Amino acid sequence: MIETASSPRTHYFTFAALLILLVVTVAVAQVDLGPLNVVTALGVAALKTFLIAVYFMHLQTARSSVRVFAVVGVMWLIMLLGLLLNDYATRPLVPGAASSHHVDPDAL
Amino acid sequence: MTASVAHQFDDAEQQKHAATLGMWLFLASEVLFFGGMLAGYAVYRAAYSQAFAAGSGHLDVWLGTLNTAVLLTSSLTVALSVQAIHEDRRRLAARLLIATIVLGFLFLTVKGVEYAHKYDERLIPGRHFAFEGEQDDNLSAANVELFFSFYFALTGVHALHMLVGVAVFAVLAWQTVRGKYSSCYHTPVEVAGLYWHFVDTIWVFLFPLLYLIDSSS
Repeated sequence: MIETASSPRTHYFTFAALLILLVVTVAVAQVDLGPLNVVTALGVAALKTFLIAVYFMHLQTARSSVRVFAVVGVMWLIMLLGLLLNDYATRPLVPGAASSHHVDPDAL
Repeated sequence: MTASVAHQFDDAEQQKHAATLGMWLFLASEVLFFGGMLAGYAVYRAAYSQAFAAGSGHLDVWLGTLNTAVLLTSSLTVALSVQAIHEDRRRLAARLLIATIVLGFLFLTVKGVEYAHKYDERLIPGRHFAFEGEQDDNLSAANVELFFSFYFALTGVHALHMLVGVAVFAVLAWQTVRGKYSSCYHTPVEVAGLYWHFVDTIWVFLFPLLYLIDSSS
């Protein structure tokens, strides 16, 4: 039987790392970095989620089948977002919306 | 008290593994439940970037930050509670679960304060929605209203998940005090903990997407 190997110390370290990342993400958001604002915000969120999943949700000691379920959950999300945004990013502009930089979803 | 093994399982270990795997499967489906809304948010945010930035500007970054810290702390108390029950420290485990419930209510209270502000500012989508200021095709009241529709749908459904979590922990804390769980059997506490951590990670994404991305512009 796989028992949780994590100790209270691991939990406190994880918690401290999460709080530091929270401060970082709020601080970085106050600076205008253009498109990089989205990238850093989502990057930090992904890192926080990774820490929570691995240490709080015990993925580091979980059986491989549980890990597969966790990874597959993320992969479905990547497929959903990736294919959808790929469609919107590459679809030719509809006539009449040529002035718009983006495709107007209501016009489709 | 030792675990009672249902007849379809070989042993307690297999039963525990099935419960854990079942929760992860449920959480994977929850990823897509929130993922659908987030996909819609991404598309409309790209299309109406100025309106979504204007709407985001009406959110209070500091209350959002406070709530994120509250939720991360509640994840710590859950993790420590699971650890405590693992070591047969029932009293500590129950106290940590109660702390989690208190933190959950604190989060929901702050959320309620934010919702009340939006009501005062007439930013609740519907016939009384009002958005003043310069407007054009992109930055129109209707498009800002769309941002707030996403805001209330996403945070509302998230808050609903938290209410469910709080109710589950109330039952678990009671059962822990009554001595139902021990180092031998504590699967419900562990599985509920997985759910709570997941709800935490949803907020970890909602917070930057709704509050932060446009806060510098």
